[in-house]
Amino acid sequence: MIRARLIWIVLGYGGLAAGACLLAPLVGSTHISLARAFDRSIPFADNVDAQIFFVARMPRVLTGAIVGSTLAAAGVVMQALLGNPLATPFTLGVSTGAALGAVLAITFGSSLAVSALASVPLASLAGAVVASAIVYVLATRPGRPISTMVLLLAGVTLNAFFSALILFVQYAADFTQAYRTIRWLMGDLDVGGFEPIVAALPMVLVALGLFAFLPRSLNLLSVGADVASTRGVDVGRTQRLAFLSASLATAAAVSLAGPIGFVGIVVPHLVRLMVGVDHRIVLPASALFGAAFLVGCDLIARTVLAPVEVPVGVVTAMLGGPFFLWLLVRKS
Amino acid sequence: MSAEPARRVVSLVPNVTEMLFAVGAGSQVVGVSSYDDFPPETKALPHVGALLDPDTERIFSLRPDLVIAYGSQTELENRFARASIRVYSYRHAGVDNVLQTIRDVARLTGHEAEGDRVVRDLRSQLDAIRTRVRGQPRPRTMLVLGRDAGALRGVYTSGGIGFLHELLDIAGGDDVFGDIKRESVQPSSETMIVRAPQVIIEVHSGDPPRADVLQRERASWNALASVPAIRNNRVHLLYGSYLMAAGPRLGHAAETLARVLHPEMFR
Repeated sequence: MIRARLIWIVLGYGGLAAGACLLAPLVGSTHISLARAFDRSIPFADNVDAQIFFVARMPRVLTGAIVGSTLAAAGVVMQALLGNPLATPFTLGVSTGAALGAVLAITFGSSLAVSALASVPLASLAGAVVASAIVYVLATRPGRPISTMVLLLAGVTLNAFFSALILFVQYAADFTQAYRTIRWLMGDLDVGGFEPIVAALPMVLVALGLFAFLPRSLNLLSVGADVASTRGVDVGRTQRLAFLSASLATAAAVSLAGPIGFVGIVVPHLVRLMVGVDHRIVLPASALFGAAFLVGCDLIARTVLAPVEVPVGVVTAMLGGPFFLWLLVRKS
Repeated sequence: MSAEPARRVVSLVPNVTEMLFAVGAGSQVVGVSSYDDFPPETKALPHVGALLDPDTERIFSLRPDLVIAYGSQTELENRFARASIRVYSYRHAGVDNVLQTIRDVARLTGHEAEGDRVVRDLRSQLDAIRTRVRGQPRPRTMLVLGRDAGALRGVYTSGGIGFLHELLDIAGGDDVFGDIKRESVQPSSETMIVRAPQVIIEVHSGDPPRADVLQRERASWNALASVPAIRNNRVHLLYGSYLMAAGPRLGHAAETLARVLHPEMFR
């Protein structure tokens, strides 16, 4: 029964995501000829259409799909883990840690001898890992379930603390660095090639693979930890797995494209309104819908004011916010 | 408000500090912003904050009779006005505005003649560059003001207004984003490919990095293989604080750009 439903929903949402990914590279601020883009007889360096298609648009759409689906799925997991509908992938400090890393790389990167540290994606990944490690150490006790209250408080406090550090670094930065930091915080899917995607993909795949073990336990966990443990769920283990996989997913997404807001909260709620609360359905459906959503938002971001772009994080918030409120009002 | 020349000046705007020294008012400067490092004399002066963090107490303690602040620092301006200290609000704009600012601060500090001379020299310097490249083909140029290290991300470039755009014009280049009437533009990879600049110039205010880093930074552009500037090896990375300072050194900046755009005219 559930299997049949799952198949239909995956097919439906998968079709939506695939459609978005196929359609989006065809549209942009300029018109390109597909026939020319795929014409192998023209050398790549001479083929502007192919350059636009393969260097500018494809990596961007793929990044949108990957980031959208990981953030949406991580949002579902965080909301279940914390038992809080307001939780987002960024609630536990992962993104603020990543932002601190990025800000440090932008501000001090050029003065460092070790050039790897100047890399914004690497520095933000390192920041995300440090932040998750701190929260994890603070909130877990061996062999015991995690207190979601402690987890939430640790995350919120760490967010505030890292934000203060970011402000401090920004204060020390010059204008151009401060400007670039602000731009990074708005999120950007224009990764300019496939290498950054290939670098982030292993982490994304591991995280999504770990998510596959979670849905049943998350269903029971969202009823309550006590109920879950009487039904045979190892609550502590589920929580740790959920925390680590969601943090890994978020770290990968943020290091790839910056902290793009709203995807991780709007998409899971939208999907729940459409398909119900069973995590076996919600989790894959959110991952697929998240991909379509972010690819769609980025399509708007790069075309609406062309040749100038709107930061994609602004689009997700401007579309996601009001739509979400409308759904809330309509439902109540 | 007295018409007496100011004798104790605090400047929160680094390029205006440069102007003060250039018109011979250097000895009247008693405090500079945290970012000031040119001319070298500024290093010995008290550094009193900047746009976001002016140290008002410190500034008051220097007993200035003229404070140079950014036009957006209205709160600060009001505070000094209450203490009857003159404030000159600087607004960032084009080359004409730079020249006018030089004249203004020269007049306020009693160096009117020197101010006129500096402005005249700058004008003739710019005219000489303009004349030198006149009649030459004007390459379509993208002037990059910043991007992430080692990647083509977070690129922002000069748009169709501002002194850098004007310097590029004087140096004999056509700004590929000249039609976008903003000081800076953040182009996507797609926009950069479509605009197809013939020359790409990156300006950095810091010191040049090691050779291998420089090599790698230049190679970051290779991802956009169809862009003429990359195909024809006309990507230039320039380093030096004078390149981005809207002050008396802008003639030097314009000449550097012109040498890059039209090397054959400077042999």
